[in-house]
Amino acid sequence: MTSASIQSGLHALSLATWRLPFDASAHGPALDHHLLLNLWIILGLAALAHLILLIGLAARRRPESKSWRIEYLPLAALAILFAFLTLRAERLWADSRYTGPEPTALQVQVVGQQFAWYFRYPGTDYTFGVTKPELVDAPSGNPLGIDPADGHGADDIVTSELVLPANRQIDLRINSLDVIHGFSVPVMRLKQNAVPGMTIHIHFTPKVPGTYAILCTQVCGLGHYRMNANLRVLPPDQFAAWLAAKEKAVQP
Amino acid sequence: MNLTKLPAKRRRLFTTDHRIIGIQYLILALVSVTIGTLLSLLMRIHLVWPDRIVPFHGPILPEDYLALVTIHGTIMLFFVLTTAPQSGFGNLILPAQIGARRMAFPVANALSFWLTALALLILLSSTFVPGGSAISGWTAYPPFSAVPSAGPGQGLGMDLWLASIAVFAIASTIGAINTLVTIIKFRCEGMTWERIPLTVWGWFTAALLSIIAFSVLLAALLLLFCDRHAGTSFFIPAGDLVSGTLHAATHPGNGSPLLWLHLFWFFGHPEVYIAILPGLGLTSMLLANFSHRRVFAYRTMIFTTLLIGFLGILLWGHHMFVAGLNPFAASAFSVSTMAIALPASAKVLSWLTTVWRSRPRYTTAMLFSLGFVSLFITGGLTGPILAQPILDEYLHNTFFVVAHFHLIMAMAAIFGLFAATYYWFPLMTAHSGRPGRLMSERLGRLHFWTTLVGAYATFLPMHLTGLMGEPRHYAQLIGVPNAAGHLLAGTLPLNRFITWSAIFLATSQLLFFANLIHTLLRGKTAPPNPWQATTLEWHPALHPNAPPEASEVQIAVYRQPCEYQSTAEGELILPQWSTDTISNIKPE
Ligand SMILES: [Cu+2]
Ligand SMILES: [Cu+2]
Repeated sequence: MTSASIQSGLHALSLATWRLPFDASAHGPALDHHLLLNLWIILGLAALAHLILLIGLAARRRPESKSWRIEYLPLAALAILFAFLTLRAERLWADSRYTGPEPTALQVQVVGQQFAWYFRYPGTDYTFGVTKPELVDAPSGNPLGIDPADGHGADDIVTSELVLPANRQIDLRINSLDVIHGFSVPVMRLKQNAVPGMTIHIHFTPKVPGTYAILCTQVCGLGHYRMNANLRVLPPDQFAAWLAAKEKAVQP
Repeated sequence: MNLTKLPAKRRRLFTTDHRIIGIQYLILALVSVTIGTLLSLLMRIHLVWPDRIVPFHGPILPEDYLALVTIHGTIMLFFVLTTAPQSGFGNLILPAQIGARRMAFPVANALSFWLTALALLILLSSTFVPGGSAISGWTAYPPFSAVPSAGPGQGLGMDLWLASIAVFAIASTIGAINTLVTIIKFRCEGMTWERIPLTVWGWFTAALLSIIAFSVLLAALLLLFCDRHAGTSFFIPAGDLVSGTLHAATHPGNGSPLLWLHLFWFFGHPEVYIAILPGLGLTSMLLANFSHRRVFAYRTMIFTTLLIGFLGILLWGHHMFVAGLNPFAASAFSVSTMAIALPASAKVLSWLTTVWRSRPRYTTAMLFSLGFVSLFITGGLTGPILAQPILDEYLHNTFFVVAHFHLIMAMAAIFGLFAATYYWFPLMTAHSGRPGRLMSERLGRLHFWTTLVGAYATFLPMHLTGLMGEPRHYAQLIGVPNAAGHLLAGTLPLNRFITWSAIFLATSQLLFFANLIHTLLRGKTAPPNPWQATTLEWHPALHPNAPPEASEVQIAVYRQPCEYQSTAEGELILPQWSTDTISNIKPE
């Protein structure tokens, strides 16, 4: 082991250099706060338990004591603590998953395929065209199998980069063409498997413009580790310009 | 086949003697853990130095990496963590601990071992077939596992994986039935349910879970096999398009991949408790034994063991929070998962109270039990975090999860196995007319400390890379395009540290092998009851080197295990088999 690698290891281990990825979503700060609260609580509990263990081992021998208080009081305290954390987490979970998206949310479809993410916008008619798996043909420019016989599909925009406006709710409909993939955007604190045969909706609001990583987090084949895409969050006016340009490009 | 007519050597190999079968299981587990560890080192080294060439193999391709992941996980979970505590030590120690002289079904017992060995052979043979081993991880999610064209290894390699696990499931079910019947029917006089050692309660609950969980797994494996070869589509949705091939013609139905997840995790989560329950029981017994204390709240400990088993089959859905499960169902599974933290906490409280101001004897077995407690706490406490769906949404399939289950399942369970080995080694090495041997305590202590430091240095930092967003199953962290490449590269320094720690942890296991060889060649002869234990496996008439006439001795039990008395002269131990207070222990 070289001293440089020891040093870089120690450097990486020091908590000062470590932090959660940047948080660019509207729901993220509450999640981060709850996560950090959890981490501090378990760090405290782990330290406390080890302290009790070490003190108990080091202290002078004494005959054993038997009291129901030792048995039930800490247990009751832990029960209350875990119930508190569960309820808090449930409220956040319900906020993000129990309700559907707002009617004004921007609709985007996310499709996983070994080993790429595709994104589809419904175009000027605000309606996604019908897709058929037998029509899928990436080399000729139809990776999602949009049916040309269906008029709604003609203006659909398919990209390999997810471009979103800041400060507007996004309604993602996620599915997969082949195997289960894991749609994951760490900076948006989002993760949802893309399951073939299912369309799963999640919604969120990006806050901070920038370029971020989209990963695949469900083992899906030999290209799993490089199945990723960029998420580009733009200020609303720039997004409108980007979308208009794309819409113009697909005009029949 | 008439076993008595076989030549002596073959009789010994195909034995129905439960103690030799136990040793055979442990040897199988030792071989498996060695292979599994070497595979994990290859993975760790490749992760941080992806350009290194492996001797006799060449560069590790992405599919090789996933095959390593799959075989590592499968071999460790099934052939080490299920086999060694439950079948290995279960066979070696369980009958004696309840005052029985044999297992209920000796022939089924031998059959179960040889099926397990066959399963291991099938699994390992998949390395050498075209396409190599399966690459879908030990969870084998369809359609990836259902469609041979989904990747290399998903053809014959996947079929062999399925065959191996199916054989293993049958073997485990037979073994579990044997364990249950032995405990229910073969207890000696006076061995009431409340006097059964907690280790036996661990084996009992794990056997119950095995029967329930493995039968569901076996059914799931059969369904998946039909999807692959009989044109069914239990798990393949209509219009599934893999590698440019539409499967509508060969699989006309409309199945759901989520069905596999339900069936698999209905097995997969209890499996975790099958691995850890015997260790939980053993830890309680060893802490009490070396502290000369009663187990604090013995009845509660029995109850919590059963409760952990019961809740263990109700919470499989926490693996599916982001898998497409209904969000309301996720809430229900979140609550049932949180609930299991309470019996687990009750166990920790009992351990802390048992050793509190007890001044225990720090034998190697005791140290590994204390290590078990420490790892169970640190590994277990992250469980409630992952049980909260909103947090799992961020942490799912990151290295945070890898850290969590490696600390508790891999490390705590392995510490339990080491405690068991150091503790029971005299019984493992004794046979008729020859006393057992004690492993070297000095080497043992060194082994414990290096392993403890190595375990924490390897698995604690994984929490941090997980929080940074590092996903599991990534073949490499370098050379990934886009913003993702930046995210992954950020974890590299920490990952290099983890790899060095893993190499240290693996290397320190050579101390264990050295101890093993040293002890077998010239180990210290063990006294009949070296640890002044109170449980029946140390009963003079049940001891492996007891004279033949000992088989006539009637075994009876008069009290709970781990009973001690302090007197002016010192400590008195009260063995379960003895009518009165004897066995004065000299103060240390
Ligand atoms: Cu993928
Ligand atoms: Cu993937």
